[in-house]
Amino acid sequence: MHLTPSGLSVPGTSRRTLLRGIGGAAALGAGVPLLSACGGSGGSAADSKTVSLGSNASDAVPKKAFAEIYADFAKKSGIKVDVNTKDHNTFQEQINSYLQGTPDDVFHWFAGYRMQFFAAKGLASPIDEVWKKIGGNFPEAMKKLSQGEDGKSYFVPLYTYPWALFYRKSVFQEKGYEVPTTWDQLIALCKQMKKDGLVPIAFGDKDAWPAMGTFDQINFRANGYDFHVELMAGKASWTDAKVRKTFDLWSELLPYHQEGAVGRTWQDAAQTLVSKKAGMYLLGSFVGQQFTNKADLDDLDFFAFPEIDPAYGQDTVEAPTDGFMMSKSPKNKAGAVKLLEFLGTPEAEQIYLKADPNVVAASTKADTSSYTPLQKKAYEMISGAKSLTQFMDRDSRPDFTSTVMQPSLQKFIRDPKGIDSLLSSIERQKKTIFAS
Amino acid sequence: MTTSPTKSPEAPAPPPGSTPAAKTAATKVPQGHKRLLTGRDRLTLGLMAGLPTILHVALVWVTALASILLAFTTWDGIGFDSIEWVGLHNFEELFTNNPQFWPAVEHNIVWFVVLILIPTPMGLFLAVQLDKQIRFSRVYQTAFFLPVVMSLAVIGFVWQLIYNPDTGLINSIIGANKPGHYIDWIGDPDLNLWAILIAASWRHTGYMMILYLAGLKSVDPSLREASALDGANEWQTFKNVIFPTLRPTNTVVLVVTIIEALRAFDLVFVFNKGAEGTELLSILVTNNIIGESSRIGYGSAIAVVLLVISLAVIIPYLIATFRKERRA
Repeated sequence: MHLTPSGLSVPGTSRRTLLRGIGGAAALGAGVPLLSACGGSGGSAADSKTVSLGSNASDAVPKKAFAEIYADFAKKSGIKVDVNTKDHNTFQEQINSYLQGTPDDVFHWFAGYRMQFFAAKGLASPIDEVWKKIGGNFPEAMKKLSQGEDGKSYFVPLYTYPWALFYRKSVFQEKGYEVPTTWDQLIALCKQMKKDGLVPIAFGDKDAWPAMGTFDQINFRANGYDFHVELMAGKASWTDAKVRKTFDLWSELLPYHQEGAVGRTWQDAAQTLVSKKAGMYLLGSFVGQQFTNKADLDDLDFFAFPEIDPAYGQDTVEAPTDGFMMSKSPKNKAGAVKLLEFLGTPEAEQIYLKADPNVVAASTKADTSSYTPLQKKAYEMISGAKSLTQFMDRDSRPDFTSTVMQPSLQKFIRDPKGIDSLLSSIERQKKTIFAS
Repeated sequence: MTTSPTKSPEAPAPPPGSTPAAKTAATKVPQGHKRLLTGRDRLTLGLMAGLPTILHVALVWVTALASILLAFTTWDGIGFDSIEWVGLHNFEELFTNNPQFWPAVEHNIVWFVVLILIPTPMGLFLAVQLDKQIRFSRVYQTAFFLPVVMSLAVIGFVWQLIYNPDTGLINSIIGANKPGHYIDWIGDPDLNLWAILIAASWRHTGYMMILYLAGLKSVDPSLREASALDGANEWQTFKNVIFPTLRPTNTVVLVVTIIEALRAFDLVFVFNKGAEGTELLSILVTNNIIGESSRIGYGSAIAVVLLVISLAVIIPYLIATFRKERRA
């Protein structure tokens, strides 16, 4: 239904959902075996020549790209990949019950906390043996992203994409704007854009996750990667003066954001950048999907969020990473290991990237010669980063981000003055959630 | 006087005549009863009554009770051993710490009040007009009823296009999609609930119209004639004669509207996912339970609150109905 670049779950709407809600919240609990029974249809193939794989790549372009990867794997190893594709959002909603039932041998998932969560619950198998083979293909930051809390590897990254401030080269050229590298320059640029009749920063937060991206950028620029990670892990307090500072900075920038953001989808906000009505847009590189005209896409460029505290500079990049994990007791473990080893090679990544030019390979060994200038820049930005973050809803508990942070940030955007009571409310709710 | 003694012996005659018939009927019944319950019939009956009972118990009672039990626990939905008993903690948290809970309760109430005050009288009005045998009555009925046939998700999607702040119908017409004149129908918490309620009312009017139309069709035409003969005008007839006879329909309407207000979900979820200003209990339940968040205990606690509200409304209604039946 909706594209969820952040990996956020957008539950589908049905009357059944409501019935579940009213009649029996527990229907879900009781329904776990039922749901997982539907999930594991591909898992029955137990012969050594087949590996089953649970996929969330339900969109036509990625689906075809993955099919090509598996065809190539079958040619090289003689092992057939039995793909069980589910709707992207449904896959995410059902992941709990899916992994508890009879999951496929290998499944699509996201790096970071969301991977560590299932690893810690024992719902995924460690794949250190795979990493012995593919380790050399990846930079240190990717290696760290693929590890669980116990230090073992659980994840094979395939592709990644950066969050940054996107703009149109022609607009900057025409008006003589310079790419800002510090906070003051950014504010000055916003002021100038406003004077020139542009919306300085396009913004749409109807889906409630884009604002998290803005928070992440300001927070790790102002307070550094380490504090950001502590905050996401529920260790640092939301009433800390540092968090308050992040929101103060955001309040300063907020008047230059597009009005009425809570009612606008990110796609509509992107259109204001396409139509040159907006000067900049803070989003992931998937914003390129909205530039359907080739000339417009070539005109698209981006820069890293400006420095706020010189102690941290621009050392952190938000780069959500998608890849694969192995389920807790795969039927064909040897085959699954082979498949994961193949998915960790530059060849597999290149096959995928041919089909989807909005992302870049997670591996440093992948051939970058066919990259578009935008991909090259994204690749440089990510490989040059000192630390990588995933995204608020991938770095923290999904229950906390979806039930507390999403509504809170929407509230802040609309009413930045009520920040103090908002932060203490966030902290109170956080304590309960992280205690459970 | 002379005729009466001759007639009186005849008068009791029919009763003796009727008793044999009654006797035969009485003797036949037990026979038929015995014949009815052969082994096969018993099996069929057992299956016909048993299967739905099992399904009902499993899908309604067991789940409802499990949900009530889970409301006193925390559970992330992974493995039954991770269920932890926390007593009233979820409710405490809900009533004191959740910034969305009380607004959600309020919005459910507003939803009901608006539905009963605007689309319900509107539906009654349309029904009365359509009941007058006007031309093309069927066409109008279909037109007004069409929103009810459509899925609420579709309605939400259509209205979201109308209210879209940048490209939507309303803002485009009144020119409110430019910086400085912006009206955010979907995001502004002072507006969005009312915007959605217009969509909900649009649908509810058709629903109410059909219910009232059915009620009006069953009103005895002689009542109208009688009141016309008494010189009552149209409004007086409606107020004093027709409306009181619609009493059973009104009860149905009330119950249906309460249910609609409590189960309001689809429309809002499609419209803006229950952002600030449009929080509803059903949406809070969904956000907490479905998907990856899996706060099953906490979500169940909200579901229990919804259940208690439903019971608080339905039990007095059932008591009143049963009392009336007993009196009748």
